[in-house]
Amino acid sequence: MALNGMQIYKLLPRKNCKECGFPTCLAFAMKLAQGGTEAEKCPYMSDEAKAQLAEATAPPMRTVKFGTNDLEYSLGGETVLFRHEKTFVNRPRFAVMFSDTMSPEEIEKKIKNINAVNYTRINEEMYVEIAAFRCESQDKDTFISLIKKVTEKCSKVVPMVITDNPEIATAAVSECADKGPILFGANEQNHDAMVNLAKENKLLLGVTADGKEKLYELVEKIQKAGYRELLLDAGSRNLKGAFDDMVNIRRTALLSGDRTFGYPTVAFVCDMAQDKMMQLACASLFVEKYASIIVLSDIDYSLALPLFALRQNIFTDPQRPMRIEQGVYKIGTADEESPLLVTVDFALTYFIVSGEVERSKVPSWILIPDAGGYSVLTAWAAGKFNAKSIAKAVKEFEVENKIKTRELIIPGKVAVLKADIEDELPGWKVIVGAEEAAALPNFLKNYQQAAS
Amino acid sequence: MAYKMPAQKYSGQIQEVTIGSDLKLGGESVLPFYSFDGDMGNKPVIGMEIWDIIPESWPEGVLNTFKDVADDPVKWAKYCEEKYNPDFICIKFEGANPDGLDKSPEECAEVAKKLAENVKVPLVIAGCQNNEKNAKVFTKVAEALPDKNYVFLSAVESNYKEVGAAVGMAYGNIVAAESSVDLNLAKQLNILVTQLGIKPEKMVMDPGCAAVGYGFEYVVTTMDRIRLAALQQSDTTLQIPMILPVSFESWKVKESIAPEEEMPEWGSQEDRGIAMEISTAVGVLGSGANAVILRHPRSVEVVRNFISEMTE
Ligand code: B12
Ligand code: SF4
Repeated sequence: MALNGMQIYKLLPRKNCKECGFPTCLAFAMKLAQGGTEAEKCPYMSDEAKAQLAEATAPPMRTVKFGTNDLEYSLGGETVLFRHEKTFVNRPRFAVMFSDTMSPEEIEKKIKNINAVNYTRINEEMYVEIAAFRCESQDKDTFISLIKKVTEKCSKVVPMVITDNPEIATAAVSECADKGPILFGANEQNHDAMVNLAKENKLLLGVTADGKEKLYELVEKIQKAGYRELLLDAGSRNLKGAFDDMVNIRRTALLSGDRTFGYPTVAFVCDMAQDKMMQLACASLFVEKYASIIVLSDIDYSLALPLFALRQNIFTDPQRPMRIEQGVYKIGTADEESPLLVTVDFALTYFIVSGEVERSKVPSWILIPDAGGYSVLTAWAAGKFNAKSIAKAVKEFEVENKIKTRELIIPGKVAVLKADIEDELPGWKVIVGAEEAAALPNFLKNYQQAAS
Repeated sequence: MAYKMPAQKYSGQIQEVTIGSDLKLGGESVLPFYSFDGDMGNKPVIGMEIWDIIPESWPEGVLNTFKDVADDPVKWAKYCEEKYNPDFICIKFEGANPDGLDKSPEECAEVAKKLAENVKVPLVIAGCQNNEKNAKVFTKVAEALPDKNYVFLSAVESNYKEVGAAVGMAYGNIVAAESSVDLNLAKQLNILVTQLGIKPEKMVMDPGCAAVGYGFEYVVTTMDRIRLAALQQSDTTLQIPMILPVSFESWKVKESIAPEEEMPEWGSQEDRGIAMEISTAVGVLGSGANAVILRHPRSVEVVRNFISEMTE
């Protein structure tokens, strides 16, 4: 539980030496209680006091990590139940489930699918981050050879080792220890051994029990044993039950301030439905509320495109609008003869449009006026994207000196601006483009052909 | 220490609204699907979108499914009703668009009337891009179908007086108040509509929709805030069921329209469109939608499954 200023004061050396930058220890303690400074600023605090303070000021939900180097990910650390209250910080990560009793063909198919899904959306690289391995053969060698095969072929995945057998777990973990795997399967029976194994290798440990009550008791025991790098699973394998688990575990941490459930959770969507579209439905719900690892049976673009897009949306910081700098941007090897398009300074829109222009392979210029950081129609409705703001940008960024063309391609959604812009920019002709940027590659190819 | 579930108490409740003769929306006093907190009210419902004209702009994947019936709205509606069992049919009068076929309000009313005579489930009447024209179309359709409790999608800031007066006051149907992804705008429009004399049980709201990946976070956040205000702060002006035209948005975006030849690595276009529709629908259901409008039969099936699993 949180400490107040007086309680913190009692932990301080009370030298009033001012080295922390505060006139007195009490002033420092008060500020610390509000979260306005850091305990490290006092060089004289005992280690014991530091530990107590750290415990007391720790956030309600722990941030845990898995993976290594470039492929290291944080989970948890959330402070609010709704993104508008502040922001969500650590996006969920997606996993594909393998079992060591699957046929070689099935395994190959999943490997292929995992490797196929890799693309960039709005500056973010999208791919499956985790391969989950369920040991069903109960045979160490079969299990390890599966892990080896998949991790060799899928260079990006971090393994999640799923077994409740500590002996198999030990062997599997040592096989892929360099990848910072997740170890899943600590339960009522095996937790001593599993905790030791996780401790030794500094692994994120998945804890599972039959229901929230039992899970709670188990986590208490594991915390007492001194381990706190945990991932929770309250055992539900149906949609409704799992939703109850995700919401209530998160609320226990954030509303009740009870850190026993202050850990991220995993949703085994692969066990909730056979049908891939139904898995997509379940996964979409859990992106919003509140899973940190979402395990699917398989992946392809039809699942990835909506899921990764939804995740990207939900985990953008509402306090920091995604805006890009105004200016005239060069796409490809554009020269003074190349076509000129205009769009808005909303990052989402810009990246979609520039992506399509790149795809067209027609070198082009994109002009970005001050549009308030809004999407095309939002900016237009708000009076920020209009003939005036566009004409201003043409002048400000000296477009007429840089480019010879006197034609400006505008988004189809603001076709109404055509005449106004032509009035504001004498000598210019406005071309109305398509409503959706997806039509740009064809449009630009035809446009270029017509010009030459 | 034993585990204690963190029960949340809510002071408000969403208004129950009946569409047609017995399709009930709303009534919940908890956040969406929070059955562990209390009464979930009526389960969310699904409507299928049809057009008054052949929807040539629809991507192949979804247009193919209806190619034999899409030339006649009555045939199309009956086909959907018999084959896919939706809770309601949403007829969109795209043909009324002044920039398109510019069909007259009378023509639209004729179509709506025929639909009402031939279809058992209730109708949701949607307009085109043009709000001025929609007011005229809605007036005529409502006049032709008085006291049916059909939903008219929608009254916006610029036409709510006309739409409200005809649809809600004169002809006893249900007004959907549509705003642009903002809690305050939604609240303001609801208040304006009730000030015309329309009762909350004759209203639904569309807080603004987008497809996942396209500003969808604003949609989710607006809906979350609307629901929290309605349930926790008991804001009666926001205790109105929400209807989200998911298909209007989800079938427009690149993921749904890019043909396979153009994006070979993306695979089946139809699958992508369905997936965008399902994910968007679940996304808004998770934030409080009481009704969603969908296009593809497969999406209808999956979203229905999803709703049953969450509510039964
Ligand atoms: C998210 C959103 C917001 C967010 C803003 C997010 C942002 N940073 O822009 C918030 C909540 C703040 C907002 C506010 C408002 N909004 Co708003 N908003 C939306 C929403 C839901 C999604 C917009 C979005 O992100 N689209 C995704 C981007 C990528 O789309 P885009 O920029 O248009 O780009 C696409 C195309 O235009 C094309 N393209 C882009 N550039 C170019 C260039 C060329 C050359 C070509 C060919 C193509 C092209 O490619 C892109 C992909 O295909 C839409 C509804 C909807 N479903 O679209 C309403 C919407 C745009 N908003 C609307 C309105 C009215 C407003 C407000 C004015 C409401 C108000 N009265 O306060 C305010 C304005 C802000 C203010 N108060 O000053 C209306 C506009 C109505 C109209 N037709 O004029 C809409 C359509 C909602 C509605 N149906 O009423 N909004
Ligand atoms: S540095 Fe430590 S001991 Fe010195 S005044 Fe600050 S809190 Fe007190």
